[in-house]
Amino acid sequence: MNKLIKILTSLRLTVVCLCFGIALVFIGTIAQVDEGLYQAQNRYFRSLLVFWSPTGSHLHIPIFPGGYLVGGLLLANLIAAHISRFKLTKNKIGILLAHFGLILLFIGQFATDIFSHESAMRLNEGESKNYSEAFRETELAIVDTSDTNTDRVIAVSESLLAEKKTIQSDKLPVTINVKNFWPNANLFRTPAIATNIPQGTILPKDLGVTGGDLDGYCVMPQPLVTDTEHRNIPAALVEFLDGDKSLGTYLLTAALDANQTLDINGKPYEVALRFEREYYPFSLTLLKATHEKYKGTDVPKNFASRIRLENPEKHEARETVIYMNNPLRYAGLTFFQYQMDPLEMSRATSDAGWSTFQVVRNPSWLTPYLACVLVALGLIIQFMMHLLNFATKRRNVPANAKSQKGNDAKKQNVKATQEVTLS
Amino acid sequence: MTTEHSQNPSAPSGLRAFALKLLPWCFFALFAIEVIVVFAPKSDKPGFKTREFGALPVLLNGRIQPFDSVGLNSLLQIRSTSDVPLEEIPSWQFWHHAKKIKSTDWLMEVMFKPQAADERPIFLIHHPDLLAELKLGDTGVEKSGLRYYTFNQLKPLMTEIWDQAGQAYQVDEKQRSPLQKQVVKLQNALFLYENLKVAVVPPFFDNFAAQYKDFEKTIGPGLAAIELQQVHKAYDTNALDKFWVPVSAAFEFSTNQYAGRYYPMVVPPPDPNQNRDNWGNIGRGLLDVASEKNRGYQPVRNYATMATAFSADDTAEFNKALVEYKSWLQQKFAPEVKKGNEEFFFNDTKPFLHATIMYIFAFVLAAFSLLTFSALPNLSESLRKSSCYIVILAGVVHTFGLIFRMYLEGRPPVTNLYSSAIFIGWGAMILGLVLERIYRVGIGVAVASLAGFVTLLIAHNLALGGDTMEMMRAVLDTNFWLATHVVVVTLGYASTFVAGLLAIIYVFLGVFTPLLSQKPTARTSAALSATVGLVAGPKAGIHMASQLSGQGSQVELGKSLGKMVYGIVCFATLFSFVGTVLGGIWADQSWGRFWGWDPKENGALIIVLWNAIILHARWGGMIRERGLMAMAIFGNIVTSFSWFGVNMLGVGLHSYGFMDAAFWWLIAFDVSQVLLIILTVIPTRYWHSFKRDERTIPTAVAA
Repeated sequence: MNKLIKILTSLRLTVVCLCFGIALVFIGTIAQVDEGLYQAQNRYFRSLLVFWSPTGSHLHIPIFPGGYLVGGLLLANLIAAHISRFKLTKNKIGILLAHFGLILLFIGQFATDIFSHESAMRLNEGESKNYSEAFRETELAIVDTSDTNTDRVIAVSESLLAEKKTIQSDKLPVTINVKNFWPNANLFRTPAIATNIPQGTILPKDLGVTGGDLDGYCVMPQPLVTDTEHRNIPAALVEFLDGDKSLGTYLLTAALDANQTLDINGKPYEVALRFEREYYPFSLTLLKATHEKYKGTDVPKNFASRIRLENPEKHEARETVIYMNNPLRYAGLTFFQYQMDPLEMSRATSDAGWSTFQVVRNPSWLTPYLACVLVALGLIIQFMMHLLNFATKRRNVPANAKSQKGNDAKKQNVKATQEVTLS
Repeated sequence: MTTEHSQNPSAPSGLRAFALKLLPWCFFALFAIEVIVVFAPKSDKPGFKTREFGALPVLLNGRIQPFDSVGLNSLLQIRSTSDVPLEEIPSWQFWHHAKKIKSTDWLMEVMFKPQAADERPIFLIHHPDLLAELKLGDTGVEKSGLRYYTFNQLKPLMTEIWDQAGQAYQVDEKQRSPLQKQVVKLQNALFLYENLKVAVVPPFFDNFAAQYKDFEKTIGPGLAAIELQQVHKAYDTNALDKFWVPVSAAFEFSTNQYAGRYYPMVVPPPDPNQNRDNWGNIGRGLLDVASEKNRGYQPVRNYATMATAFSADDTAEFNKALVEYKSWLQQKFAPEVKKGNEEFFFNDTKPFLHATIMYIFAFVLAAFSLLTFSALPNLSESLRKSSCYIVILAGVVHTFGLIFRMYLEGRPPVTNLYSSAIFIGWGAMILGLVLERIYRVGIGVAVASLAGFVTLLIAHNLALGGDTMEMMRAVLDTNFWLATHVVVVTLGYASTFVAGLLAIIYVFLGVFTPLLSQKPTARTSAALSATVGLVAGPKAGIHMASQLSGQGSQVELGKSLGKMVYGIVCFATLFSFVGTVLGGIWADQSWGRFWGWDPKENGALIIVLWNAIILHARWGGMIRERGLMAMAIFGNIVTSFSWFGVNMLGVGLHSYGFMDAAFWWLIAFDVSQVLLIILTVIPTRYWHSFKRDERTIPTAVAA
């Protein structure tokens, strides 16, 4: 046990962990070229172990510690070392502050990884929304529109659809038979000339769509994308059943904005495959979107959105401007102005104005600010003390060079051992 | 060991001592005179007022800049040089100044006298396959193995070049072969060149002044004819045609999409109070001339006169129109005129070029000083001082350039890769001088001069991409974060590089010279006591000097270097950590996430981690002096990866674009650093500096 504590509190462990950390960050960065930022991030940094699967086998061989393991160990090492050797002395105050800041940063980032949630809200000028949409995850939504004031939504998540099984539940007004599911697919109308049909396309006759608006469309499955700039657009072929009676086979795609109608026992419903939504007790209305470019260039100069925020529960209604580097923080959420790429820009300037906001819920967003101040302060105090020591030593040593030489050497020894315990 | 030092060469004789004392001041005076000459106000020689013209403001790349910057940046992109030499002189005859055309003169020729410009060898082609494919062979002017071709030589090949470039464009930028890249670059250069020709003279005019006058005359009758035509009355068809032909051409040209991108917009907005950015090309200018509100808009008339007068070698007419235009501009566009003048001054003085020359000179002196430091201490000290003075002078010029750029841009020092190189060099220079102030052995000044030279050289090569003062994209458009995060993190890079450089000096001195184990000689002790005198009062200084005389000081050079590296690594840790976290906070402000594992962020994180590893390994006693040095050298690899390597990955929000030539330089640099690390870890018995120690130990044990 003592040995374990000794290892856990040792500087050697710190150095080893840091070395693994640096290697991991390097490999994870290089891997982004092939795997894309999102996937590399999950594989290398948000994991306990990094696995390797030899091509063609289903083995998962752990080959390297992942970000959580390295970070966790480093945190344990840091905390353990401080508990076992904690001594509040003037000399150590800087080091203590810096390391305390680090602990805060680690915990804060860990909390962010677990609790933070990102989604997007896209608004046309004049449009209001009380929900945001996920970037990647989709859901099959069945909307009961019978009430004029509120829509009742029942959603089935993408992972369930991907199993391609029959889904039954008391909460669902219908039975859903998932006939097929494509994680990424293009849909298009059957071209008039048969030679224009690309290989691998699934034709309408093979789909057998009997309900909804997408009869006559072809499905072209696409490879999965992993980079941050593109996203997968899933599609599904779904049969709705009331008991044993088929209500129709629908083709659904997340590319379609509009819902398709479904009649269940004379009651009108709407169905859609869409990006997962999160609803809020307030709404945002886009009043004016501004996108400026520098004269004679494609370089974006300014993105700004004038919006109205309405919260009926709190009787709140106000206008504000969201622009780059100046987000709106409201109800634990932060709305960031999203910057468009040149292609989106050219479309945006020709069409009526629209804006996209990135919506982030991150309860621990303040921790890095605090951590930064603590670490900077700690390091400055520590190095200033070093510097002062150094300066006074330089000034004193020569004056008493002969008489104090032995003494100095001793002092230096003591100093050296002290420094070992510092971290 | 100490006995050696008591045998120091005796103090030099009076005359020699005086000469050695004077030497640093001679060097200083030499360079100071050069700086004064460069920065002294200049005016145009008799003839065309090309300097005045070069300072005229125009709009390109979304920003107001003088014609001179347009010429300079275009020439850098086309020819990779800032001027066009008129005669070929072998590079070893460096004292022989070749006659050359400066950037503004070249641009004027392109715009006003294209027939002459077409005969200048400016298009650089160096890929042998491309030369073979275009069957250019030995035509073209050769200099230092590079071949330059004139526009007239390439003109018959335009279709082929366009075809090949078209094919290359179908391939993703990163996957293009060197040949394809070269074709694209050549096509771009030709396209840019052709566009510059229409910046002032519209493509549908050849004698601008005369045709402008005719055009002005047709406006009245032409507009009258249109009015009559609209109410279906009889009108002068001849007058309408005469007016309509140029005006419709001008209208079509006024919406040309390359204006402001490839060639400058030269016509200022007629209504500056409404929209100051609304500059236009000469087509827009002709429409302004015809409009009711700005009939005979002066800038267009003046430009027309200048263009024709220049091509007809009519100096007086040209200068008259130029002065007229400038005084008109001064009334309505005073800030733009000021900007043009200032940027012209900056281009003309080339502060970074002069700093580079001084840095390399100072480095040579510092190296000699280090090598002679025990053999010829007096000469060494004189050289050290010379080097020091030159670095200070270079530092002043460097700082001036840095601050003037900040002033021109209205931005903190670092806004792109180019300016980061300049700032890293500046930070390293300051750190080196501080070290020199403390240790006075020539190491600090060696680091300052070498770092200054190398970073400015890198900056020079980065400038070949075009305008280095481009506008900031919206997300980066915040002076607060540019001033805090970017500056601090760049200082982190600079200090990590300084630590690495010090370590390299340690290795070189240790392996190849006996200097590391030597203690500073009498002159450094004297310097030390002088410092003490400065800090603690003259009494302490005298006291110390008497204490030290004859015994030397206690600290070996190697140990001093160890302390320097340790101290700098501490600095580097502070700056890189704070800079990185500030970057995270900026990201949190603009994208809503503190950390996104973006390559540039990871690069900065790697530097922080590496510095932390060095410090902890040192504190834990896992490494000693040589280990520290080896790790500090590895820090160079880490920093170069973060600075340049991640940009070559081409992923993430931060990347500035792929640079291939730089990639091979980076690999070469990293390999050299690995070799140095290997050199560091070879056993000390092979180190020149520590050989003797190794030999003495066994005898001591035997005794």
